[in-house]
Amino acid sequence: MSSIPVSHPVRNAEWRLPSKRRVGMTALIVGESAIFTIFVVAYVFYMGNNLTGPTPAQVLEVPILGTICLLSSSLTIWRAEKAIEDDRTGSFTVCLGATIALAAVFLTGTALEWKKLIYQDGLTVSTNLFGTTFYSLVGLHATHVVVGLFLLTSIFIFSLFGWVDSRHSERFGVIALYWHFVDTVWIVVFTVVYLIGR
Amino acid sequence: MSDYPLPVSQVIDPSTSASERVTFLEKLHGWVVTVDHKRLGILYILYSTFFLLVAGSEAVMIRIQLAYPHNHVLSAQVFNRFFTMHGTTMVFLVGMPFLFGFANYVVPLQIGARDMAFPRLNAFSFWMTAFGGFLLYYSFLGGAGLYGVGNAPDVGWFAYAPLTARSFSPGHATDYWALALIVSGFGTLGTAINIIATIISMRCKGMTLMRMPLFTWLLLIVSMLTLVTITPLTAAQFMLLIDRYLGGHFFDTQAGGSSLIWIHFFWIFGHPEVYVLVLPAFAIANEIIPVFCRKAIFGYPAMVAASVCIMFVSLSVWAHHMFTVGMTSVSNAFFTLSTMLVGVPTGIKIFNWIATLWGGRIRFTTPMLFCIGFLFQFLIAGLTGIMLSVSPWDWQLHNSYFVIAHFHYVLVGAVVFCIFAGIYYWYPKATGRLMSETLGKWHFWLFAIGFHITFDTMHCLGLLGMPRSIYTYQPDRGWNFLNLVVSVGGLIQGIAVLIFAYNFIVSYWRGEVAGDDPWDAWTLEWTTSSPPPVYNFEEEPEVHSRRPLWDLKHPDDPDWEYES
Repeated sequence: MSSIPVSHPVRNAEWRLPSKRRVGMTALIVGESAIFTIFVVAYVFYMGNNLTGPTPAQVLEVPILGTICLLSSSLTIWRAEKAIEDDRTGSFTVCLGATIALAAVFLTGTALEWKKLIYQDGLTVSTNLFGTTFYSLVGLHATHVVVGLFLLTSIFIFSLFGWVDSRHSERFGVIALYWHFVDTVWIVVFTVVYLIGR
Repeated sequence: MSDYPLPVSQVIDPSTSASERVTFLEKLHGWVVTVDHKRLGILYILYSTFFLLVAGSEAVMIRIQLAYPHNHVLSAQVFNRFFTMHGTTMVFLVGMPFLFGFANYVVPLQIGARDMAFPRLNAFSFWMTAFGGFLLYYSFLGGAGLYGVGNAPDVGWFAYAPLTARSFSPGHATDYWALALIVSGFGTLGTAINIIATIISMRCKGMTLMRMPLFTWLLLIVSMLTLVTITPLTAAQFMLLIDRYLGGHFFDTQAGGSSLIWIHFFWIFGHPEVYVLVLPAFAIANEIIPVFCRKAIFGYPAMVAASVCIMFVSLSVWAHHMFTVGMTSVSNAFFTLSTMLVGVPTGIKIFNWIATLWGGRIRFTTPMLFCIGFLFQFLIAGLTGIMLSVSPWDWQLHNSYFVIAHFHYVLVGAVVFCIFAGIYYWYPKATGRLMSETLGKWHFWLFAIGFHITFDTMHCLGLLGMPRSIYTYQPDRGWNFLNLVVSVGGLIQGIAVLIFAYNFIVSYWRGEVAGDDPWDAWTLEWTTSSPPPVYNFEEEPEVHSRRPLWDLKHPDDPDWEYES
């Protein structure tokens, strides 16, 4: 075992590398984007190819409230991020709680929408191509919201016990990054499913 | 070392832990719960070596069946299962785990890091991959589901729809196939994320991007490519399972679905996957060729640039697998040209390797022999690839043995050759002992001769019109003698791999003691002991050039004086 000589004329005074957690989450987001891309492509490819009803134009309603809630949750989580960086734990807990509430409203909206589609309109995964692609794409996104909600709720519980402070701001930042990704994906899904596809 | 200011070296003195006696169970437990990148790397290598033997046996069975016309060693159904399992195993349970094994073991050592960025994620990824392999092979036992529908998957490794639909693939065999690939896909994704984070965020002081060893550079590129390669497959597998279990219609042509879209999704994964497999092979050659011809690699920046180019171009060539499905002329032209474009950066690499060899003092050790074989075979594989990229030529030869010969030239002639080279090269680092050179040379020559007997002849069979995936053929087609030759070559390769397996096992106890740096190499992994201590480096290394160990050995003539 030996060490490397230190006789180099130019010494690097400072050696800083990006945070491994942020890099890891960014890589995960890139991979997830590819999964979503495939599902979005399938949705677009099969748009209007239904042999039987119901079609999107007949049964889909634009989820305006849910969309507003989910998109504003990106703002509240950003406020929470700033708060925990400055060690303002009270403000952090409030902003985080607001994020969770907004996400819960979004998920409730999806649940009610699905209930209506299944019971009133008789649209299931196996009804037609619209059902297959719709439930897979929106369901995939909703699954990501549920995972995010689970992560945020755990942190919320920790913060109620006072276990979260500015030392955890980097880790929280990584989860916030994931949350922003989930929101961004919703913009794509919303555009494709409810604006273009309807 | 003695005037090190902190008492760290006493705390982590390796002699205390090594002298303790541990029982076999404790040892086994240690390997199962380990999060150490070196142990996980070794586990990956052992896992894929095991499956290499399994998939190799399947190939030998396939070749025995095809040696004579109207042969009855395997039934048609079993033949279908064997070529499906052979393909799936070689790509997902041999190719990728081998390369991730090398990455796990070597990358942190080469960049002077203590471990991977996320050690627990690393262990999770390995066990997911291992579970995927277990699921795939469990289908032999559990795949039947119904009486008489057969067990292991028999839909081909690309599993074209609508053959995978429930009505055409009853039972659970196809479900095992899809689930196994989803599960091992998550493992692959985890490892790719881990390698990227490790290389970007864990480099030791002074290791700028342009001072990284080329092995590490290429593994970074491969991992980035893996992120967007394995995930489309995972998505498509989810769709397949939705079709099979929830009655979805993604690939159901009866309900307006399309089987074509599965082919697109599969090859959007499948073609970049070839580069996911072959770029690590390049990475291994990039380490071995300079060391054994005693010259620094020629054209380091060009090598990096060419690899990045390959990563991007490889994402736009997938439909050259689909010339015969009936695409528009514009698509045919686009995919022909983009496929030919890959030849440019790849050609740059081949010229750089030859320029590295040029005027070097070449030592023909076993790793170097395998790399020379790789260079030669990869050139031919590239040339037949250019031939097949021309769509009219592909219309003639699609799904013939010419295509089989072409991609085995890439996957065996390039990837497997480099994997063997890498094992011979890093084995002494991982175990402290060298593998036998005599057996290694036997392995190389038998394997190379067997390889050429098999796959050179296979090109001719393809040109004579023999299609892939047929379990037997009529005696009057003029394929009899060539098929026998191909099978004999396959057996020779099998013998060579058995010699390798024997060498691999026996050298662990009987091999010559290697020392820290048996090859007189230049990268950081050779500065530490063999095998390296759990903490890798006693002091964090600091590098000033692309060849830090050269600088250490030649303080009078260090590399950093010549690098900008």
